Amino acid sequence: MISAPDVVAFTREEELEDDLYREPPLPEEYSVPLFPFAGHGANPWAKVGGSKFTRDFILISEFSEQVGPQPLLTIPDDAKVSGTFDLNYFSLRIMSVDYQASFVGHPPGSAYPKLNFVEDSKVVLGDSKEGAFAYVHHLTLYDLEARGFVRPFCMAYISADEHKIMQQFQELSTEFSKASECLKTGNRKAFANELEKKLKDLDYTRTVLHNETELQKKANDKGYYTTQAIEKANELASVEKSIIEHQDLLKQIRSYPYRKLKESEFHPYEPECALDRADMGCDQDTTLSDPAEPDETHLYTHTPSYTPKLIKAKSAKCFDKKLKTLEELCDIYFFTQTLDHLHHIERTFRGDVCYLLTEQISRALLKQQSVTNFLFEDVSFLDEKPPEKQYRGCQGLGQDAMDGKCLEESLAPKVVISLGSYKSSVECVPIKMEQEMEDSEEPKMSESVTSEHQENLDYLDADIKGSISSGESIEVLGTEKSGSGLTKSESQASLPVIPSPQAGRSKVSSRRTVSEDSIEVLSTCPSESLIPEDFKASYPSAINEEPYVDNDNEGGLRFTPRLSPGIADEQDDVSKQESLVQVDAACCIGKESPNFLEALPELGQKPCEEDGVVRIPPQPYRAAEPGLRGGFPSHDGASGGLLPYELDSRYVSGSREVSKSSLDECSDSTSYISSAASTCSDRTPSPAHPTCQPGERHRKRAGQNALRFIRQYPFAHPAIYSLLSGRTLVVLGEDEAMVKKLVTALSIFVPNCGVYAKPVKHWVTSPLHLVDFQKWKLIGLQRTVSPAGVNVLHALSRYSRYLSILDADSKTLRCPLYKGTVVARLADHRTQIKRGSTYYMHVQSILTQLCSKAFLFTFCHHLHLPISEREPEESVVNRRKNFLKLQLGLANEDVKIVQYLAELLKLHYIQEPGQGRNPLLRFDYVPSFLYKI
Amino acid sequence: KSSVQTIGEEQIQNPYTELLVLKGHQDIVRFLVQVDDCRFASAGDDGIVFLWNAQTGEKLFELHGHTHKITAIAPFSLSDVSEEKKHLIITASADRTVIVWDCTSGRQVQKVSCFHSTVKCLTVLQRLNVWLSGGSDLCVWNRKLDLLCKTSHLTDAGISALVELPKNCVAAAVGKELIIFRLSASSNGSEGWNVIEVKRLVDHEDNILSLVNVNDLTFVTGSHIGELIVWDALDWTKQASECNFWDSSVHPDVQPEIKLSQSPNETSVQHLTSDDECVFAAVGKGIYVYNLQMKRVIACQRTAHDSSVLHIEKLPNRQLISCSEDGSVRIWELREKQQLPAEPVPTGFFNMWGFGRANKQANQAAKKMQENTPMYFLELVGDLIGHSSAVQMFLYFGELGLATCSADHLIILWKDGERESSVRSLTLFQKLARNGDLQLKL
Repeated sequence: MISAPDVVAFTREEELEDDLYREPPLPEEYSVPLFPFAGHGANPWAKVGGSKFTRDFILISEFSEQVGPQPLLTIPDDAKVSGTFDLNYFSLRIMSVDYQASFVGHPPGSAYPKLNFVEDSKVVLGDSKEGAFAYVHHLTLYDLEARGFVRPFCMAYISADEHKIMQQFQELSTEFSKASECLKTGNRKAFANELEKKLKDLDYTRTVLHNETELQKKANDKGYYTTQAIEKANELASVEKSIIEHQDLLKQIRSYPYRKLKESEFHPYEPECALDRADMGCDQDTTLSDPAEPDETHLYTHTPSYTPKLIKAKSAKCFDKKLKTLEELCDIYFFTQTLDHLHHIERTFRGDVCYLLTEQISRALLKQQSVTNFLFEDVSFLDEKPPEKQYRGCQGLGQDAMDGKCLEESLAPKVVISLGSYKSSVECVPIKMEQEMEDSEEPKMSESVTSEHQENLDYLDADIKGSISSGESIEVLGTEKSGSGLTKSESQASLPVIPSPQAGRSKVSSRRTVSEDSIEVLSTCPSESLIPEDFKASYPSAINEEPYVDNDNEGGLRFTPRLSPGIADEQDDVSKQESLVQVDAACCIGKESPNFLEALPELGQKPCEEDGVVRIPPQPYRAAEPGLRGGFPSHDGASGGLLPYELDSRYVSGSREVSKSSLDECSDSTSYISSAASTCSDRTPSPAHPTCQPGERHRKRAGQNALRFIRQYPFAHPAIYSLLSGRTLVVLGEDEAMVKKLVTALSIFVPNCGVYAKPVKHWVTSPLHLVDFQKWKLIGLQRTVSPAGVNVLHALSRYSRYLSILDADSKTLRCPLYKGTVVARLADHRTQIKRGSTYYMHVQSILTQLCSKAFLFTFCHHLHLPISEREPEESVVNRRKNFLKLQLGLANEDVKIVQYLAELLKLHYIQEPGQGRNPLLRFDYVPSFLYKI
Repeated sequence: KSSVQTIGEEQIQNPYTELLVLKGHQDIVRFLVQVDDCRFASAGDDGIVFLWNAQTGEKLFELHGHTHKITAIAPFSLSDVSEEKKHLIITASADRTVIVWDCTSGRQVQKVSCFHSTVKCLTVLQRLNVWLSGGSDLCVWNRKLDLLCKTSHLTDAGISALVELPKNCVAAAVGKELIIFRLSASSNGSEGWNVIEVKRLVDHEDNILSLVNVNDLTFVTGSHIGELIVWDALDWTKQASECNFWDSSVHPDVQPEIKLSQSPNETSVQHLTSDDECVFAAVGKGIYVYNLQMKRVIACQRTAHDSSVLHIEKLPNRQLISCSEDGSVRIWELREKQQLPAEPVPTGFFNMWGFGRANKQANQAAKKMQENTPMYFLELVGDLIGHSSAVQMFLYFGELGLATCSADHLIILWKDGERESSVRSLTLFQKLARNGDLQLKL
């Protein structure tokens, strides 16, 4: 509903452009020259021209122990995307920031190798030479053959626009965490599988060796051991040791505290999932002495009929063996899930950052209109999110907007679960990244994001990155601590308020700057690693651990996107939050951050400051609840030009099915990209994904059809008035396609009656009944010549007082007279708007105006109730009339539109949740007229 | 040719601009009965009784107990000394049972199944704290459902209507006869009652279809062939009768074929209602207003509906509502026609009567008769179209609206849209206040 007609310039519509409206091309001499770089896929707003790739992409790299950093794959998997960009070089860069790559081996004091459950680290870095900026997500996967059993990987979202990376950091982090979690889950599964095979091999080897030794013993009657026998005995011993080690590893990997992966996107196989968890639960206390236990076999061995191999005493040379590919490292199901999710991320963040931000802002604003947003908004969007969360959304923009009540609810386990399971502890609380002022090393890093209380769209200019002009080519702009503790991750999924057991630990901040390698780590906050207590001493952190210093006074770059500038007591909030959440500055290795958890309730004490008035500064929208983004459907740019509204609803309409279907169609997407590329003027093209978002496509088509309708039918106004005033419009016709088209066109004018599906029925063949008019406000009806058709027409004439009838065959309309002005603005047949999506936005903005009028009308107390006890009803009625006429400037029938909307608002508001509403039908006794072309 | 008056789409006086469809019944809904100020019960051929909230349309209870269609329903409110008023409803069904339901809990209080025939009518004598059931015999029950006394077997057809008369009497319509019974406390025991047949009135020539009290002194009966008889309620004598007031044949020059074409259905008195002055009769498709003082029909609408009128009711505001088999409900207003006797009758007036020539003559005849008396006519002020089948009955709830029930299994609650809108506003601001959203938050 909140749309911005001024970004209409961005809209484009490749398909569905009607030949009818295509105007003849201008002669060459009159045409305005296009933007000179348009041909090269650039847009005039592109900030960086120097990058060598054409659009954002995701890069997965590995730090191979054999060949060093190497790129593995890009998403989209298209050579054109990365262009001349040196992936190898960039891989080297991004992998070299992974200073905290986990080391696994024999820690001193431990008999067996320990697996290190390392959480991911998230870093933002920029390469100003390459013009590339990246969100880098480091993760490690287990590989039995790898050194220390781990192989470092990273996923990077690479964009030429550093603002995008910085401003979408939260979102990127959330999404990449999900992908990483999925990948790691699959990896653990594969690793356990591999271990089991290895164990079987070892077991077999031991048997063979044992037999051989026995044979030798028997054959040997000399009374002493031959060197051969001793060798065999040694070998046997080492095999046995190896068995114990591997069993231990298996135990460790299985005791990995599974997060409750509730999102079926990753765990569609619920029974298996449940088994997994149950299994994990019992694994905690029981040792897995018997790997052949049926449960395990079921879970970890895909090929139960595995034939053990004899293991040679000497393993191949490190560089001889071929390392497993990423695909081999991960369970195939999870691997494809991960790729799907990465494709999804790519589509989500595709396009210019201003689109993303506008869309996020409008969505956040929209979500606050809990009273009115159901009227013309996408149903799925409202369906998806309970209204409580809207406050969380606005908290993302203005911290003060937190309401104690909604906080309680959001803290309730139920809500958290519904938000999605991939939240890490840090992600579910406001995260603040604070850039410490490093006097000596970062002299230029003095600008603060949050200290500047910018107004309006200044945020685009906000210099988040501290050292743009530093001579170095790669800067780590900021990282986020990710991940959660071993115990925490479990408790968090269900009870976010429980303080972690390690609450007492001191926080450690680390300031490390690796500047010698042209890399500046401006601020890091690597993930907490899940290191067992006994192992911690030997944790090879490359980071100097220092006790945390409260650096409030240091100023510096502070990445606090949720702070809303311009709000009076914001500072209170900041300090409050800071006092609670002091982990911002940097790394806290192996440290829990219980304060994060307690911060929320504290914030919740703040009274809601909004009292219904939206006070959202146009800051980049940061969801306080990353879980809100759980259902992120594809963003896939709008061919309609990434209109905020379209994005919005596309964004939010992402039920799992939608996002899934969109994921399934990513191949289409790429092909579409190439075809659309020619017309794209955007630097990072945001082509539409036609099939994955039926809603969006529908919208565009509806807009186009509506445009055609208002041009073709001179009586479009009364027809639209009927819809807006709640009088059911029946589109009568023989041809189903034509009727459906008209219904689609007109459906954009139909207000929703509640948070249900739009009251639109595209095609009906049976006679209508009164109940239908309650349910549907726009009906496509078949006209037949059969006796049944007579009944249909009879019903129409019988109920004519409740209906407006648009006869698509004879092009007539029978409906009440309309003399207002609103619809004239809404549906001007001389409109210059040519594109469906643009027209759709135009409609949305006018409808938004109507909604706000209806809101005012509904919630003005004295318009409906007497001011004093003695005031007669008539004076209230007069006041109401005057308000509608004078204050709201409504003429004639427009009053009825607003009254109808107000009635819907009232019904919506007073409806008790859980109580089904009796649909009521309101009507007027007004004469109808027959309109002809 | 359609002789039925139509009003068109512009109905300024029609207050019902909002409706609620109440779904629940599986078969024809025949009865609506008011329980208290905001509740009503509905019953019909599916044997289920529903209890509804008249304001919200909320379904309060679904009462299952009867296995056949329901033939009679009556509300029964008790005021115990200890408790507040207790609302009960009594239902009789073709399964030969009578069940008493508690409207507060929605539970069956008691069930009587000792009937030999279907109970066709129920009457509660609030004053005596007893209720009567009429089938092939008349039984008297107290509120604990003890059978106090009963008559002998009267007729197989059974009692079709019962009405309470003064002096502990009841009038029962049994076929063509009207039987007056008197209830008396028996000499032995306080709880014992006797019911004695006092008088049989055999003035009707056909089955009595409707029986209604006008006031303490009069009651009216109507029969299948259109006889309307006004009775004295005290001595049960015939005060007045109108035999063929519906019939244009009273006037000498009416063509006989018109008379022949009139089937008895078109002349049967389906329903009667009354206020202090007038009796309103639904006769065939028409509505007739019979003035008790003038002892003649003062206004009529011969074809008020396309089909038989099933139920009519007089509203306090001189309005009359009728519902019909044609599925519509019409609102009429009884208006006085100011007219000089000598003035020619305007053509519009003729249209009101519907018929062409015959009416004209009827009018002229009428004009002769009522030279000095004011003329009345029924003006259609609105119609409610919603049901797709015969509207069996309706219940007027004052400002809460109007409930109609129909053979299309639906009940429609018609409401004054303006009033509902302001009620919703009130609720809205109450909820705002309750949620604390009205306070300004700083």
